[in-house]
Amino acid sequence: MHFHKPRHGQRILSSEITSREVYAARRDWLKGAGALGLTGLGLSGLSDAALAQTAGPGKLAKLPGAKSTIAGATVMEKLTAYKDVTSYNNFYEFGTDKSDPAENAHTLKPRPWSVLIEGECAKPGRFGLDDLLKVAPMEERVYRLRCVEGWSMVIPWVGYSLAELLKKAEPTSKAKYVEFTTLADKAQMPGVRSGVLDWPYVEGLRIDEAMHPLALMAFGLYGEVLPNQNGAPLRLVVPWKYGFKSAKSIVKIRFVEKQPVSSWTKAAQQEYGFYSNVNPNVDHPRWSQATERRIGEDGLFAKRRQTLMFNGYEAQVGQLYAGMDLKRNF
Amino acid sequence: MSATPAAPTRSQPAPPAPRRAPAKRHPLLHPAAKVVLFVLCLLPLGWYVYGAVANPDLLGANPAETLIRGLGDWALRFLWITLAVTPLRTWFNQPTLARFRRMLGLFVFFYASLHLLAYGWLDKSLDLAEILRDIAKRPFILMGFVAWLLLVPLAATSFNRAIKALGAARWQMLHKLVYAISIVGLMHFIWMRAGKNNFAEPIVYGSILAVLLGWRAWKRLRR
Repeated sequence: MHFHKPRHGQRILSSEITSREVYAARRDWLKGAGALGLTGLGLSGLSDAALAQTAGPGKLAKLPGAKSTIAGATVMEKLTAYKDVTSYNNFYEFGTDKSDPAENAHTLKPRPWSVLIEGECAKPGRFGLDDLLKVAPMEERVYRLRCVEGWSMVIPWVGYSLAELLKKAEPTSKAKYVEFTTLADKAQMPGVRSGVLDWPYVEGLRIDEAMHPLALMAFGLYGEVLPNQNGAPLRLVVPWKYGFKSAKSIVKIRFVEKQPVSSWTKAAQQEYGFYSNVNPNVDHPRWSQATERRIGEDGLFAKRRQTLMFNGYEAQVGQLYAGMDLKRNF
Repeated sequence: MSATPAAPTRSQPAPPAPRRAPAKRHPLLHPAAKVVLFVLCLLPLGWYVYGAVANPDLLGANPAETLIRGLGDWALRFLWITLAVTPLRTWFNQPTLARFRRMLGLFVFFYASLHLLAYGWLDKSLDLAEILRDIAKRPFILMGFVAWLLLVPLAATSFNRAIKALGAARWQMLHKLVYAISIVGLMHFIWMRAGKNNFAEPIVYGSILAVLLGWRAWKRLRR
């Protein structure tokens, strides 16, 4: 087992250590993993292999993933409960309350599904979900998720690096940015009838951000396919940026030369910038970003925890922003 | 509107109009009425306390947020109810409603104070310096704080001795502050929702307040 060194003067709280309940569940899973040839690896191998699989409640189809070898891909913090991960969501296509997506997203049909990849690339095309699932081996990655609203979770996602998919399309030298578009279908998404945002939801990344191995094309969480309210059947997860940058239920990926305008930037330019990197030193106009509340873990009267630069992924992604004024490019 | 007896509205022949009801006490004047209202006003708090202590699922994945926002919602709702007392008295010819206004007004202060306490405690860990910095830095927080601050003198002068000491005219002047408080409170709410473009609820609250204050303005102009 490897532990993160305490950084930024932050101490590892006892509450961050994997609880007995969680590791017991992982070991239970392991007992049933003989078929995969994982038994008899000895204790060190055991804990590593066990980490690669986090068992969900068995409600949805299984989507196993091997433990990721990418640096920073497995945070050693207590996982947020599946129930909280799947019942407290911002997915305005299904309503503006955080309980709305879990209530309303049953109308989304994640199959059949396809993604159009187009723009500045040599091999554009439409890719069906089954092909997308086979682009690269599935990995489990345990990421922190920090919402711009000041709360956070730790989620075991299943997917592969977005770069694997983007490379298939062979982006040209003109592809400076990547634009992601979410489905906007009134029949499947009741929230799209409201004028809260200018639909469809559009997000964007700089090409080097999109190609960073930590940028994840996620198809599942907790060892199962994504629940609809979490962005089924495939979504982006960019762990060093505020959650809204990670577009859900993606139907289009477009390579572009000019910086795309994100939906939230369009709605409130002074509040949501293009980069939206997690940054405790740059406040949102209406609240501080210095601290956060970890969902399901910090007690009601617990002090909010310090937010980390780039959500704790500074070592991996800091160089992408070398020399940039992060206050101006918020 | 004068208090004329209501005309029969059904098509059936009206029964002979009863003479004035015999000296039966109006239900709103019943001694238990205030107790019932008091208990009703405590129900929202009861719900949150029950959720926080015994049944965390009730408050969702982010109980602190639920408590802070919920208590603010109820402060606003009680303020709107308090402001509705006078119009309702007139529209429905129920002058006795006035006896509940003080209690309702005090519940506005009660829920607003709990809202402030929940924000200060759950969000800011009672770090006074941090709270003051937040108030100074953020107009939206400042709005809420000002609304609460303006409620203090009203709550502090809500007993009979205070009315006597101030004199009825001055006391009434002071309590006209409630109109300003309602507008500042609404702005706090709108501003809170602005960044997320989520105006459905503020529009409902704003429309109701427009009726409550508009009716008063209209009456004044007609005088």
